[in-house]
Parts: sequence; structure tokens; C-alpha cells
Amino acid sequence: MKLLKLVPENTNIKFLKLRVPFFVVSVLLIVLSWAAVFTQGLNYGVDFAGGQEVRLTFEQREEAPVGELRQLVAGLGYGSPVVQEFGAPNVVSIRVPLPEEVEDTPGAATEIGNQVINTIAEQYPGVRTDGNETVSGKVAGEFRQDAVIALLLAMLGVAMYIWIRFEWQFGVGGLFALFHDVSLTLGMFAVFQLEFSLQIIAAILAIIGYSLNDTIVVYDRIRENLKKFRKMPLPELLDLSVNETLARTIMTSLTLLVALLPLLLFGPASLFGMVAAITLGIFIGTYSSIYMAAPLLIWMGVNSDSFVPQESAADIQEKKARGQV
Amino acid sequence: MLDFPLWKKVSLWVITIAAMLAAVPSIYIATGGEWPDALPQPTVNLGLDLAGGSHLLLEADADAVAEQRLENMEEAVRSAMRRAEPRIRIGDVSTADGRLSFMLDDVADIDRARAILEPMMQGQNLVREWDLSVVDTQRIVLTPTQSGIDNAVNDAMESATEVVRRRIDELGTREPTIIRQGDTRIVVQVPGLEDPQALKDLLGKTAQLEFRLVDEAALPQNVQAGIAPPGSEIFPYAEGTPFEGSSVAVKRLGGIRGDSLTGAQAGVNPENNQNVVNIQFDQQGGQKFAVLSTQNVGKQFAIILDRKVLSTPVFQEPILGGAAQISGTFTAESANELAIQLRSGALPVPLTVIEERTVSAELGQDSIERGLLAMLVGSLAVIALMIATYGRFGVYATVALIINVLILLGIMAVLNTTLTLPGIAGFVLTIGAAVDANVLINERIREERKRGRRVVAAVENGYREASRAIYDANITNFIAGVLLFLFGTGPVRGFAVVLVIGLFTSVFTAVTLTRMWVADWLRAKRPSDINV
Repeated sequence: MKLLKLVPENTNIKFLKLRVPFFVVSVLLIVLSWAAVFTQGLNYGVDFAGGQEVRLTFEQREEAPVGELRQLVAGLGYGSPVVQEFGAPNVVSIRVPLPEEVEDTPGAATEIGNQVINTIAEQYPGVRTDGNETVSGKVAGEFRQDAVIALLLAMLGVAMYIWIRFEWQFGVGGLFALFHDVSLTLGMFAVFQLEFSLQIIAAILAIIGYSLNDTIVVYDRIRENLKKFRKMPLPELLDLSVNETLARTIMTSLTLLVALLPLLLFGPASLFGMVAAITLGIFIGTYSSIYMAAPLLIWMGVNSDSFVPQESAADIQEKKARGQV
Repeated sequence: MLDFPLWKKVSLWVITIAAMLAAVPSIYIATGGEWPDALPQPTVNLGLDLAGGSHLLLEADADAVAEQRLENMEEAVRSAMRRAEPRIRIGDVSTADGRLSFMLDDVADIDRARAILEPMMQGQNLVREWDLSVVDTQRIVLTPTQSGIDNAVNDAMESATEVVRRRIDELGTREPTIIRQGDTRIVVQVPGLEDPQALKDLLGKTAQLEFRLVDEAALPQNVQAGIAPPGSEIFPYAEGTPFEGSSVAVKRLGGIRGDSLTGAQAGVNPENNQNVVNIQFDQQGGQKFAVLSTQNVGKQFAIILDRKVLSTPVFQEPILGGAAQISGTFTAESANELAIQLRSGALPVPLTVIEERTVSAELGQDSIERGLLAMLVGSLAVIALMIATYGRFGVYATVALIINVLILLGIMAVLNTTLTLPGIAGFVLTIGAAVDANVLINERIREERKRGRRVVAAVENGYREASRAIYDANITNFIAGVLLFLFGTGPVRGFAVVLVIGLFTSVFTAVTLTRMWVADWLRAKRPSDINV
């Protein structure tokens, strides 16, 4: 049987030739991402903003009356609701953010939630409530804090491990690559104002996990080659390592995409945002392993001595004896 | 590397098969079967987002506990001073700033007052619950200590959790989970709940019932202006009552609290067909009620629930049997609700819903079906790709992948973990990790062959060299997963659990099991070339 070969043998693509422009572009993207996060802000879902989100199915209709619902809920006076189709034309999600003045009132979110559901149920008797999430301002604040702490700790913990297993330069490189991935994902959510919820945090974690896998596979090969080709200039050695692992990179990304695509196309509607973020992250993660994690090693002065076991005195004596020194 | 002694093989297979068996009940139930009770039943719990149901996070108002405690202390101080021999006269008691202070009419009483109050400042286990100080020679100030407040909040939360459990039990739902969380919170999870509103209504009232005499001497205009006569307090009428919006003055002392009830049932008053709640007092409460009603025949009293007046009937005659009827403007449902609340006892502290997540059973079922279908299609595509790329080695990887999914389910079942919607994403990532491990190994074997190594050496080297990267990648992910579990909340945790368990199972199946199979094959066939 003839087997499929996705990557031709002995590729020799000069990835790192363009490392400076790519790196500049990436740093620029990171800066722009954070600028977007700070100026535009993230479009927090109820998890992080507080407020309520309800999912309704209009069983007797083909299509949900989106416009009417928007007006109806806006009429309650809690600001403008986000009403959108959710998975099917007769299913909607209605999101009402928590008004600022009641952010600190513990029961306000539930009360608003009840009002929204009751008002709609009165107006449209055939409607079915599929789901309701109500989060008070206090809990939302805790979620925000927990998410940031969990993300930061996970990134730091991972960097520590890489530092211990490899060298400090690799730890810094890995951490920077993760920072790049997280920044760009956040930037994407800020620019397109996609709903940012706890599930997206889970997605970012999956991205971190995947990107790490990728970075470590490349780093592992770099370490190996550093021991093997002591005389090779570092940029060339990095290119070699990336090329050697290219088949694996493509194959793994492809299988993951193949697994994610069905989830994206006909998985549960509530998973869509999360799966979309992970899918995007696969590209960002692969890119950062090559163009962030690797060039940083050059600039931080990794060299072939990093991983060579120190020669013992006995070794040196033996060499002297053989007249090799 | 490729050396597998018999004991190792046997133990690997035992572990694999045992873990796969543990997944059987979960799968059987998921396909609609009824797992027999007689057999052991490790099952994966479905999170409420998949199974449908309600999750409520309730928070108690700790300030309300402190306030209540202050009020109780005020009463205790008054009666202690009154009971002293001779009586110690005191001026007005003030409870401003969370402290209690009062002036002694006679400075000479100071040491006696101190001696009486001092023992009251001590709580259980010799914990000091109040600090006593004397200001300006004759003003006594009682300040609650932090440990005193903490104890009170803790006690209140413990009994609140118990009351919440009794109230939810009345709903007759299956297997509710009620857990205290942190200092002032209670998590309530009710699977398969149809009407979350009923649950919230039931928990939304503290249901502190009081019977107090109406202060008939109070001037109506003063009452409406909110000015209470000395010895009285003003309470508003409850919403929905005919006098909603107006208030009534009731006497501070001499009332009866509803904490001495032995029963409460919803009923109908045959005379006017109104919905009412019939209550029974215990012996002590019944006696108090008998005395109150006997002494005040013809006078108006107020039935007060949670500091709102339900109605103000008149004692027509002494009520001696220990039973009474609460009238008000009830519907059949609200009467029943109140009866449940009174039966299960008053909450010692008001609880507010600060987070609610409700998912209907239909939506949960729909999510599972779509999630499973997507996983099935995804898995088939991955399998096709693996076999097309790596041939025989792809088949090994595929079988390992299937076993991986089963083992993962089995371990989750034995540990009784909960599978949530984000957990499904964790599943996908685990499959990804397992695939990646095999890709790394197989690509490495390809490389080794290309360099001209012989078959066995290439396979051995492939496994050894790839394992290093696999372990490193998995340990880093493991560290991330553990930190996420420890510091994350809700969905993040659901994701982390699957991720962490999945790391172990994917390394075990992708590295160890496939190596055993490859080794067996190499030994049996001794191929001179491999197609990878």
C-alpha cells in the first residue's frame, strides 16, 4: 500500500531567514492586540460582566421574532439587550448586561432575569426556555479574577518546567510564545467583539496546551541537534530542526483540525465559540513555535555548549594521554 | 525498549481491560439502558449543562447575622438588668455602628452590671464573643469581637444549609446536591428540574413568622409618616395584601415568634373560601399563644412574615389548642409555598441567589447527541488519516486511540468525576495529544529508516527519541492542568479534569500499548522492511 506523505522528504525551507520581519510584525500584533483590549475592551458575556443570558425556542414558529424581542426587552429599561439566533432560526439567545448601578446588589441579576423571562413568556405563550444563566456582579468579578490568576499561574508554571528541563533561554522563549498566543487571541476577541466567556478561557487553555506541545517538540529537536552538530551556526540549526519536525507539525495540526471541524459544523451551538477559538489557536500556536520561540533563542545567545555534559577531569586526562589536546 | 517480559504484558492487559470495563456502565446508560443495581456501578456524572437542571449559588448576608445578633444581645441585656436584684435601671439602649451602648441611671451600679454582663460576653469553648468597656464612668459599650461574629455566621450558615435541604426535599426532586461553600455561600444543584422559579421562590424567603399586638393607640398620621410611638415599631403591609403601601404600628414586646412551630399545612377557610395556612405550635409556643390571646380578646394583632404584615385579624376568643390559622391574600400555590417554608423552619439569615444556571433537559440531551455525533465523525476522519499516512502503524495508533477514549471514560467513572460541555472539548484535546504522540513516534521511525537503520533499531530509536518530547509536552500540560484545576472555576475545572486524566491515558495507550503491539509483531514476523 502506498502511504500518504503530506510533507515531501528532506524539506529545506529557510524559515528563519525572515525571522526579523516576522518577529517585528508579531510584536506589532501583540502591541495592537493589547491596545484593542484596552481601548475597545472585551465583549464580556454574563460570566464576566454579570447579567443574564436566556435561551429560548419558539416552538410554534419557523423563525424567532428577533426584532420584536429586542424591542420588548429593551422596553424593560436595562439597556440594550443582545438578541441573536443561536443554532437554529427559531432559537435565540438574549443577553442583558447588568446595569452599572446595580452591579453590587447581590440579587439584582436574578430579578432582572426573572423579569425578562416572564415578560417574554407573557407575550409569546408558545415559547420554551431552554437555558438561563444569571450571574451577579460580585460572582462575575470573582470569575474575572480567578481566570486571570489561573492563566498567569499556568503560564508561569509551564515556563518554570521548561527552564528546568532545558535552559533558561528556552523557558523565556516558551513563555514569550505563550504570551504571543494569548495576546493575539485576546486581541482577536477585542477587535471583532466576540463574546468572551469562561468557555473561551477554557479555549485559551487548550491553545496554550497545543502551542506548548508544538514548542516543546521543536525545542526538543533543537536540543538534540545542538548536541549533534556542534559546529553548525544557530540559525541554520534552527531551520534544520524546524524542517525535521515539519512533517509531524503538519500531520498533528491536520488531525486536530479534522477532529475539530465536525464539532464546529454540527456540534452543540454552545460550544461553537470555544471550538472556533481553539481552531484559530492551532494556527497561531504553530506559527509562534517557529517565529517567536525559535528566533528568541538566537538573540538570547543559546549555543552548542548549553547541552554538552561538562567534561570530567578524568576525560580530559585521558584525552591528554592520547595526545588529543 | 522492545523487550516485554510476560509479567509486564499481563499486567498491561489487566490494567487496560479493567479500565475499559469501568466504562461499560456509563456507555450502557448513555445508550438508554438501565444498569442493574446489583452490579457495581462506576458512572461518569453528567454536568448540569449536559443533563439539564439548575445550579444555584446562594449567598447569605453576613451583616444581617451581625445585626440580628446585636438585637438579641439588646434583649438579653434588658432582661438581665431587669432581673437583677435590686433592678438595675438603664437609659435608652443604642445599637449604632454595630455596637451596643447604654447609660446606667446610677453610677453606683457599675460593678454589679459588669459582674452580670461579663459571663454573657463569653461564648462556647471560652471564645470571647464580645468586648465590654466602660466609657465616661457610667456608659457601658459592648463591641462584638470578630471571632464572635464568625461563630455566629458559621452557626447561621450551618442551620441555613439544613433548612435549604429540608425545603428542597419538599419539592420531591431526585438527588439534589446542597453544599456549603466558603464562609457565606451554599451551592444548590438540582438535576432535571423543570421549574427553577419554584425553587427560587422557595428559597427566597427567610420565613420568619411573628405574631405581635397592634399598637391601637398609635395615631394613623404618625404611622404613615413613619413615626412609631415609644415601645412600638412600624411594619409595612406585604405586597398583594389589600392594604399594600400602608403601614401598621405593632408593639415591640410580648409577641410570639414562629420558631416554635411543629407543623404547617396549606388549607382553605370554609367560611370565606380563602386560602390559608394552618399552623401548630409546640407545647411551649401553644401556651404562650393561649396567654396572649386570652389577655387580648377583642384586640387586633398582626401576622408578620419577614418584617411585612400579612394581615391584622382580631382575637375573637382565646385560642387554646395550640393551633392557629394564617390568613392573608394567598393563592393555593403561595399558601403551599409558605407552608413548606414554615415547616422546614425559618432561615436564620436571608439568602440571595447570586448565580443561576439552568439548562432544560431537552437542550442537555441535544448537546450530548450533537457532541457525540461530532466526536464520532471527527474520530473516523482522524482514523482514516492515520491509517492512510502510517499504514500498519496507523492501525496500532487507531486501536490505541479507541482504547484511550474507553480508558479515559472508565477512570472518570471510577473517580466519579463530572463530564461537562467544556469537558468534551478536553476530550478532543486528549485525542489530539494521543494522536500527536503517535505521529511523533511514527515520524521518528520514518526518519530513522531513512538514515538507514535496520527495522528493529529504527523502531527502538523512534520510540526512545520521541518519548522524550512526548513526556516533556505532557508534563508541561499536566502542570498547566493542575494549576487550572486548583485556581479555576466552573467550566475551566471541568476542562482541566478531563485534560489531566487524559494526559495519563494518552501517554499510556499511545506510547506503552502500541510499543507492546509493535514489539509482538516484530518478533513474530521479523520483517526486513516496514512500510511507515
